[in-house]
Amino acid sequence: MAFTLYSLIQAAILCINAVAVLHEERFLSKIGWGVDQSVGGFGDEPGIKVQLMNLIRSVRTVMRVPLIGVNSVCIVLLLLFG
Amino acid sequence: MDLPHHGYRATKQRARGAPPTGDSVLFEDTSSAASGASSQGFYAPGYNMGEPSNHMQGGVGVNNLFTDPMANAAVMYGSSLANQGKDMVNKEISRFMSVNKLKYFFAVDTRYVLKKLMILMFPYTHQDWEVRYHRDSPMTPRQDVNAPDLYIPTMAFITYILLAGMALGIQKRFSPEILGLCASTALVWIIIEVLVLLLSLYLLTVHSDLSTFDLIAYSGYKYVGMIFTVLCGLLFGSDGYFVALAWSSCALMFFIVRSLKMKILPSLSSDSMGMGSSAKPQLRLYITVATAVFQPIIIYWLTSHLVR
Repeated sequence: MAFTLYSLIQAAILCINAVAVLHEERFLSKIGWGVDQSVGGFGDEPGIKVQLMNLIRSVRTVMRVPLIGVNSVCIVLLLLFG
Repeated sequence: MDLPHHGYRATKQRARGAPPTGDSVLFEDTSSAASGASSQGFYAPGYNMGEPSNHMQGGVGVNNLFTDPMANAAVMYGSSLANQGKDMVNKEISRFMSVNKLKYFFAVDTRYVLKKLMILMFPYTHQDWEVRYHRDSPMTPRQDVNAPDLYIPTMAFITYILLAGMALGIQKRFSPEILGLCASTALVWIIIEVLVLLLSLYLLTVHSDLSTFDLIAYSGYKYVGMIFTVLCGLLFGSDGYFVALAWSSCALMFFIVRSLKMKILPSLSSDSMGMGSSAKPQLRLYITVATAVFQPIIIYWLTSHLVR
């Protein structure tokens, strides 16, 4: 398996896109992963599920706007250079 | 006839005399500024990195540098521009990563490198795996042989790439593109491993003091094993390759488990109030063991195509 740095960047972009398209109220709340279901963990150890939900929510909040630019650049590059 | 010689000598004297006066100088010693800034930092009290600036003194203070004041002004302006550019670059870089912390990882010496390589290849007799601290900050690799460093992984990575090129050349399969491909493949695997480790440490809320650079260092130690394996494979054929692979895998697994056990496992023993603490040490053990088991797999993956 021969990787280039560009394939790593492509894989990372695809993964972050996958996390960003998870809709809050249509999907995450239905399976119990919404933001309003994570307030149980007071004290010290939040647990894996709460950490994962926090991670998903923060990735969606932070990466929403930069992903627009990065995806556009990626699309243009793929169209031009295949 | 006499004039250019006088100008040349005076230029050299100016280059020696400029730093104490604090004028705009092209190459100032940033290490002394850094060790002054990080006072509680990573350097032991007896260690002085400001030494190189000592023998830049002795300026006579000769001020008639060039007989042409325009050239003099141009030199000063150019050096101040370069200084501004250097400051801007430093500021931008220090926004992404702390240069002081990076310097800590490269503060090694020959004795440390030799002992660390011995431990990496034969860790079974090493007794004390605890990283020593000096007033609440970790000691530099010069004083503590257990401290992670980035010098060995970097050098081992570059040596591995060169060795891969040589191995491919011996088998007449070499081309310059393959070298770049090999380098980027190895780099991508390091990045993937560090990201997976960071993600798992975050998800399990392990509050250890393992920074990103520490993880890069521990991931990079496998290149030493890879180099040893490839060398044995080239010298002794396929049997030597598998023997060396088994040896370096066991040594590396032992090393990783012993080193990371100190950092990951007991770091939360003080405030685990019994709430789910039964799950935590198990999961941390799984992380440590999974990291260790991943090493031989990746060593085999990255070296088997070099030794046929």
